[in-house]
Amino acid sequence: MASTVEPTSASGARPGSAPSAESASPRRRPPTPYLLILPALILLSIVLLWPIVQMVWYSLTSFTTRNLLPNQPGPSWNDFAHYRQLLTDPVFWTILRNTVVVCVLMVGITMVLGTLVGLLLHKLPKWFSGFVALGMMLAWATPALSASLVFRWLFLPERGLVNVMLDRMPDWLVGGGWLEYNWFLEPGSLFSILITVIVWQSFPFVAVSVLAGLKSIPHELYEAARMDGAGAWKAFWNVTFPMLRPLFALLLVLQIIWDLRVFTQLYVLANSFQNKDVYLLSYYIYQQGFSASPANYGMGSAIAVVMTVMILAVTAYYLRIMIRQGETR
Amino acid sequence: MTAIDDTVGPRVREPLSTASAGTGPGGRTGRVHRRGPLRRLRSLPLYLAGAAVFLFSVFPVYWMLITAFKPVGEIFTRDQSILPKAPTLAHFDRVLNGQLIPGVNFWQFLANSLFVTVSAVAMGAFLSLLAAVAVARFRFRLRTAFILLLMVIQMVPMEAMIISIFINFRHLSDLGGVQLLGNLSGLLIVYTAVSLPITIMMLRGFVAAVPKELEEAAAIDGAGPWTVFWRILMPLVAPGLVAASIFAFITAWNEFIVALTFLGRSTDDYTLPLTLSYYFGRFGTEWGPIMAASTLLTIPVMIFFLFVQRRMVSGLTMGAVKG
Repeated sequence: MASTVEPTSASGARPGSAPSAESASPRRRPPTPYLLILPALILLSIVLLWPIVQMVWYSLTSFTTRNLLPNQPGPSWNDFAHYRQLLTDPVFWTILRNTVVVCVLMVGITMVLGTLVGLLLHKLPKWFSGFVALGMMLAWATPALSASLVFRWLFLPERGLVNVMLDRMPDWLVGGGWLEYNWFLEPGSLFSILITVIVWQSFPFVAVSVLAGLKSIPHELYEAARMDGAGAWKAFWNVTFPMLRPLFALLLVLQIIWDLRVFTQLYVLANSFQNKDVYLLSYYIYQQGFSASPANYGMGSAIAVVMTVMILAVTAYYLRIMIRQGETR
Repeated sequence: MTAIDDTVGPRVREPLSTASAGTGPGGRTGRVHRRGPLRRLRSLPLYLAGAAVFLFSVFPVYWMLITAFKPVGEIFTRDQSILPKAPTLAHFDRVLNGQLIPGVNFWQFLANSLFVTVSAVAMGAFLSLLAAVAVARFRFRLRTAFILLLMVIQMVPMEAMIISIFINFRHLSDLGGVQLLGNLSGLLIVYTAVSLPITIMMLRGFVAAVPKELEEAAAIDGAGPWTVFWRILMPLVAPGLVAASIFAFITAWNEFIVALTFLGRSTDDYTLPLTLSYYFGRFGTEWGPIMAASTLLTIPVMIFFLFVQRRMVSGLTMGAVKG
């Protein structure tokens, strides 16, 4: 941010240390910036900020559809009943565990595959890596809904291409009975497909980012590593990884935040709210708020608070990176 | 310098070109070695791996497209063929001219989607530009707080807030006497707000990159702040504005969970993703029309994506939202 107006220090925004840039024209100094951010700030406060406060309040109240009716009392304080119930509810703990496990797998596979593909693209000649990158863009650009539908179609019992192919393979290799196999009933197989969809859509971003990072590493460093007798494996861990550590940290944080919230893909793949075994946190929130009867807004909000706390913990790390990068200056 | 370091604004617009210029001849030497036939043979596994990655990426998209063109007989069978034997436009015809939801056709849903995304992007771009100028050009007491607020807000997922946002909009409807749920107005407001953090952060770098001297020179020549804004700042910030707007467009175009909760049973106001999901829920076995509609949903995103793909990386690593 070299071109920003003289960032004196991290605390440059304090009034006392405000630089002289605009004091040259005192006419427009006092309210202008506030007037400029005001419309955006008002909209953000009403639409996104206030609901966060409300979410915390609702999670501490008994609040169902009944309380939304005009002549009924509003939500009432219930002394942490939702949280106490969640703590002892095995269904919630299973869903929480599944969310964490599925998220770790999605992020792990995406990061490893993305990095490997980034390294591969860097080694390939330009025309071929451009060709592969173009193909990856298609996966990246496909809307979540379209992607989920295609994968549901690919894994469909009886006619899905994957089922048909597995059925045609010899039984001693893959086992039999694949043609009728329904992937969408059991958590294990359904989550495998969910992870595949997410990885398919996310790895191009990691790969292209890593590729851009690799191009910024001076070639001399690798020559030096080779002179010291380092192979590809050692060169990666001693040169590439340390050089790209900030990039990896950022990619990791973004992937975790994005993969914790997955909803659309699961909505299509599970295709109902019948089976609680295949829920993830975001799905559980939606089910409590809009599919359960009667809708339990209080409980849904309590689960949402748990999810938000998880995300904010990761966000804190993200903010630390951003502040170090000088993005807040 | 790190890769993230150059993610701010215009400087990164072409990270690839700057990087390769920086590596220069040093970077090329590695490849010169590989010219011989033996080296070429050795790099065969690399080519194969590249081809595998390409196939993995492209195949589901290909399968979507090809299913959309297959006649019903080739879909309802165990002998799934890689190429359609008798390609047909019947599914597209069904989607475009039939009624996806009783009483409403595709063009109505397309109009809904376009209306809500384009208006949200336009309003978001305008509000963001104002805020970006404030953040890039002024130092004020709440500046850092505002930037931190943007970063935190764009991280809190819509999936967690959906219940309180829904109730909030119910209350707002009661307060204002205008129904914001069950039609596109509430959706429009949410999409505008959601686009703000990322758009402000992207634009801020572009505004900061416009030399202050340029504006000062214009001011000395007697241009008022409005003229400076339109004649000096706007043309230079326009590329950033376009990139950020396309980004916001893709996000709003794909948005699903808010549309699902806000629109409920008002099928006349459904956006395209919601229509597709509804159709899948009712006619889950008609894969021809489902894939044709999926293709139609995907095409605008693909086109826009090609425009911004290079900026996509920098924009996202700056911290962004995924659909």
